[in-house]
Amino acid sequence: MRGTRRKQEGRWAWRLTGFVTVCVYIFMFAPIVATVILSFNASMFGGFPMTGFSLQWYGKLMANEAVLAAFRTSLWIALVTAIVTTAIGVTTAFALVRFDFRGKQALSTLVILPALVPETILGVGLLVLIKAVDQPRTMLLLVLGHILLAVPYVVLIAQARMIGIRRVYEEAALSLGASRFSSFREITLPLLIPAVVGGALLAFTISFDNTSASLFWRPAGVETMPTQILSMLKISISPEINALGTVMILVTVGIPLIGGLILQSLTKLRRRGEPKEETQ
Amino acid sequence: MKRRWTLYDPRLAWMLVAPVLLLLIFFLVLPIAVMGAYTFFTFVTAGVETSALTTANWHEFLTDSYYHGFLLKTLRVGAMTALLCGVLGYFPAYFIWATTFKHKWLLLLLLIVPFWISFTIRTFSWINILGEQGVINVALLKMGIIHEPLQMLYNEGAVILGMLHFLLPYMILNVYVSLESIDRTLISAARSMGCTSAQAFREVTLPLSLPGLAAGLLLCFVLAAGSYVTPQLLGSGRDALFGNLIYDTIMGELNWPMGATLSIVLFVVLGFFAAVYTRYMGMSQIVKGLGG
Repeated sequence: MRGTRRKQEGRWAWRLTGFVTVCVYIFMFAPIVATVILSFNASMFGGFPMTGFSLQWYGKLMANEAVLAAFRTSLWIALVTAIVTTAIGVTTAFALVRFDFRGKQALSTLVILPALVPETILGVGLLVLIKAVDQPRTMLLLVLGHILLAVPYVVLIAQARMIGIRRVYEEAALSLGASRFSSFREITLPLLIPAVVGGALLAFTISFDNTSASLFWRPAGVETMPTQILSMLKISISPEINALGTVMILVTVGIPLIGGLILQSLTKLRRRGEPKEETQ
Repeated sequence: MKRRWTLYDPRLAWMLVAPVLLLLIFFLVLPIAVMGAYTFFTFVTAGVETSALTTANWHEFLTDSYYHGFLLKTLRVGAMTALLCGVLGYFPAYFIWATTFKHKWLLLLLLIVPFWISFTIRTFSWINILGEQGVINVALLKMGIIHEPLQMLYNEGAVILGMLHFLLPYMILNVYVSLESIDRTLISAARSMGCTSAQAFREVTLPLSLPGLAAGLLLCFVLAAGSYVTPQLLGSGRDALFGNLIYDTIMGELNWPMGATLSIVLFVVLGFFAAVYTRYMGMSQIVKGLGG
């Protein structure tokens, strides 16, 4: 008797957990799905009920010069951000994991801060600094700002992977006469590839998506994709914005997914040649 | 011993971290320091200030209840968002951890995908759900349950909902990471000693997952309290938070000294919560959550 009651109690709790989980997933995806569906609405006004299926808003979008310019700007910024952030983030993670130096603990805390300090504060801070030294807002400033925002994530990802790579491999290469640089390039870097690709993708997305800080940092007259969307939303929500949202969803979900697939096949290839790789 | 010293030479380490260090100094430390100094500058007129030192900005902030109201509301909205995230996020995290479903990775991937989708788009997409012509209103009108569209947008509830949508994955992943680090034999042991599954959860699983929950709560609170875009898109003028106040003070009124003062206030207040958290829980849990 008691046994069955206990079991039933457990089953109800588990059902509740499952139910809430399903609700959370619906909650996460419902607005995204609604946006994609509405982007095909034939009506002038963004909203239900649908009055018919149409691709006209995508056509309008392709002819919208402001949107295309913002898209190109964001793409370039995100590419540069991804490359630079990955390079300096991976070397930082390497130094933090492999070396012992004074102030290491302080530095590793400092590196995470940009992810924890609200963007509004980071945005204002940099503006106040360049106002104090009387410098204009430039593209370089915007890119460096994006690098600052992405660096914590790249360092954390690379660090997690780095801890799992044993240093004896490097030491073996060094004892065989390889230089510090070539041992890093030949031994450590290939083992780090998943973190490098993962970090680069994340840095790209963080930069491409950044809104709050970009609003402060962008040079006069420059719009990035999110700031462009924000200024379009000030007018009204139209099917064109829903179409734009759908295109952005395809880009930002598609790129990491393809990247992830490439990554998986890369790791599989390497696993074949290398029987024992110690991961954390 | 000597060989080790040359192998892991600290000087080489400093060279490797130099770019990041320079970036952090010039784009994080120095700006915040200059901002601190700016709070004592004198505001003359829009866009103009002098470096004559004054405590007027601080005096204004400390005496004007307008600012206090903003601060309290921001903390309240941040706390409510974080608590809702905690309650709603724990269930999926637990479910993914405990399920026997073979493709767990898919459930996790589905949570990470929203991270990739532009935050601005995810925020405005709620207009398609809550708006006058949104899914809910149109469905309810069609079914004849209501005759006038409900006003669900542009209020505090919509702002919290939008932030919940943005922050839930952070919470779920944080809790999941900490559940994943629990030794499952502990739970079997508890069960074999006669605990019901509810007791095993209360006595073993829940306490051991608290660090992840706490890290998630802090992260959600800080990010919600510092938000700018969500109140802008989903709230009315009355739902503006501290971030909007800072933006308007600087970009609208061009009152830089006051904007700097408000930024430092937000920085110190949120930093206080983070410091209390690290005092008791340590930094490592947040690091796990962000990297996971």
